[in-house]
Amino acid sequence: MLAQQLFNGLVVGSIYALFALGFTLMFGVLGVVNLTHGFYLSIGAFVALYATQHGVAIWLALPLAALASGVIAIVVDGLLLTPLRRAKASELASLMVTLGATLLLYSIANAALSTDIRRFPPGVIDGSAIDLAGVRVTLTQCLIVASAAGLVAALLWLMNGSRLGMGLRALAERPDTAALMGVNAGALVRLVSLISGGLAGACGVLIGLNYNAIQPYMGEVMMLKGFAVIILGGLGDIRGALVAGLIVGLLETLTAGYVASSVKDGVGFALLVLTLWIRPSGLFGRIAVKRA
Amino acid sequence: MFTRRFALAAASVAAMIYAGAAAAQTPVTIGAIEILTGPNNKYGVAIKNGFDLALDEVNKAGGVLGAPLAIAYEDSAGNKDQALNAARQLIGGKKVPLILGPTLSNEMFAVGPIAVERKIPIVGTSTTANGITAIGPYVFRTSLPEADVVPVTLRTAKEKLGVKKVAVMYGNDDAFTKSGYDVMKDALAKLGIETVATETFGGKDTDFSAQLTKIKSLNPDAIVVSALVEAGAGILLAKKALGIPDSVRVIGGNGLNSPQVPSVAREAADGTLVGSPWFIDKPDAVNQKFVAAYKAKYNMDPDQFAAQAYDTLFIVAQAIRDAGAANPEKIRDALGKVKHNGVMGPFSFTPDRDPADTSGVVVIEMKGGKFQIFK
Repeated sequence: MLAQQLFNGLVVGSIYALFALGFTLMFGVLGVVNLTHGFYLSIGAFVALYATQHGVAIWLALPLAALASGVIAIVVDGLLLTPLRRAKASELASLMVTLGATLLLYSIANAALSTDIRRFPPGVIDGSAIDLAGVRVTLTQCLIVASAAGLVAALLWLMNGSRLGMGLRALAERPDTAALMGVNAGALVRLVSLISGGLAGACGVLIGLNYNAIQPYMGEVMMLKGFAVIILGGLGDIRGALVAGLIVGLLETLTAGYVASSVKDGVGFALLVLTLWIRPSGLFGRIAVKRA
Repeated sequence: MFTRRFALAAASVAAMIYAGAAAAQTPVTIGAIEILTGPNNKYGVAIKNGFDLALDEVNKAGGVLGAPLAIAYEDSAGNKDQALNAARQLIGGKKVPLILGPTLSNEMFAVGPIAVERKIPIVGTSTTANGITAIGPYVFRTSLPEADVVPVTLRTAKEKLGVKKVAVMYGNDDAFTKSGYDVMKDALAKLGIETVATETFGGKDTDFSAQLTKIKSLNPDAIVVSALVEAGAGILLAKKALGIPDSVRVIGGNGLNSPQVPSVAREAADGTLVGSPWFIDKPDAVNQKFVAAYKAKYNMDPDQFAAQAYDTLFIVAQAIRDAGAANPEKIRDALGKVKHNGVMGPFSFTPDRDPADTSGVVVIEMKGGKFQIFK
């Protein structure tokens, strides 16, 4: 039972990490607390759902959904956040604007799609479980764990090992100076939106595949838990998103398995409070020093 | 003298005949408040269909009190205030001696007190929440609450499957699933079925692997679940993925009695057991006749709401006949004594104006994406 519970926790933790990655990237580079992030997850799942319903293979539908969510993220950013950036508004302004946008977007999605739960057509992915030394494992679960690990590695390389990453880090440090030094700030902002939204969309598809429950509000549920994960890992830190995601996922599962399922949901939020209390910058976060 | 007396008698006989003819033309009108428009109108429309079908049959059999029975419908649109206005209109304007409906429990909580205050009996056909009949001595209901259905399901599972120990899972953030759990807990204790684990989840949760892994390790004979469709389907899928054998059935409350469950959980839903106050394939003659007549009149299958309404109209018509007058007080007293054998099975009211008989409850099981009678 312990091995199965650890694996359950690994899968749940990887899902949290996948969700937190895009969100934390957006904050790390652009300094935006983007609450519409959960919506991109729902959209990704629905795009893949319609694609697969029309005969598109899941291996094609997944990148398609990621691309669609990424493009929507660019549009939302261009409409709502770029004007704020130009006006040099505070982080709180981005929070309020995206909160409003989230409510609007969910209402539209709800009206257009209804809250009925749907699932991918049968046979889009092999759903049967195999038994590995007493642990039941499905292909989707392996895909989720592998994606979380692979994407973290890719993002770390992008940020720290590539020329593009240098530009992104410069943008994160000082947007004005970066622009003066020849960094194409507008293009990089769109790139970050694309990656961030795309990650959320892909996460939505994987969740949809794993739990077979696709509905417009699926992203909103993740948002709360995802927020706790991001604070624990340190806002803006990519490794933090992975480590904190796994910690929350494993602790939740073990709590439900060995303590009581009624306190399971409290774990993530208890960690959130504890983090804010003891180490507000999170596990990997640096203390923000902003001088006028 | 003789002729005068004869003339008087002849005149009074003529007057009586005339009065009788007038009564035959003026129907006895009762009121009904249902959701006929808006997003939840499928419930109200099914109920209206059920009433109208029964009304045809009642009037074909001679109506009530020597006159035809008629129903004055008011639309609540699922809105409490509109339901209240409808009730005032029916009681004050149309002076009806009885009201059928309203459709939703929360509408009844708004309308019931008015009916009690004006001493007009009101009969809910689809209001299953706790406390409906406690509103007052004029509030009746004909729909079996979940508290009466779940014990039948569990008793059947015990008798036919030999279920001795179960694990229980329920959504602890929703009044409906929580009250379903309370009923299950009670029924399990009364039946002497051991509960090896009680696990909770949130209504919006998608991951149930931790709870089910624990349940798997405890080897229960069945898993008793109080959940709405979303979580219920998720539990069924996770149960299959974790390799809990099919012989370990999921026994659900009314939340799992929905065609949406197999549309999401597919083959993982097979074997699920739920109880239902009515089922379309019930083989008895009364039910078969009802289903055939409904299909012929409306060109679609009846649902539980239509069935409950159909029975209710016969019960109410009987009460009006027994009362001997279209008088609210007399109808109320007569309702309490009515015995009716309808599509839901034998029916009578408890002294608290709830349905007394649960022998009509059918336990159904999911097989190949469709419910059928569990044998």
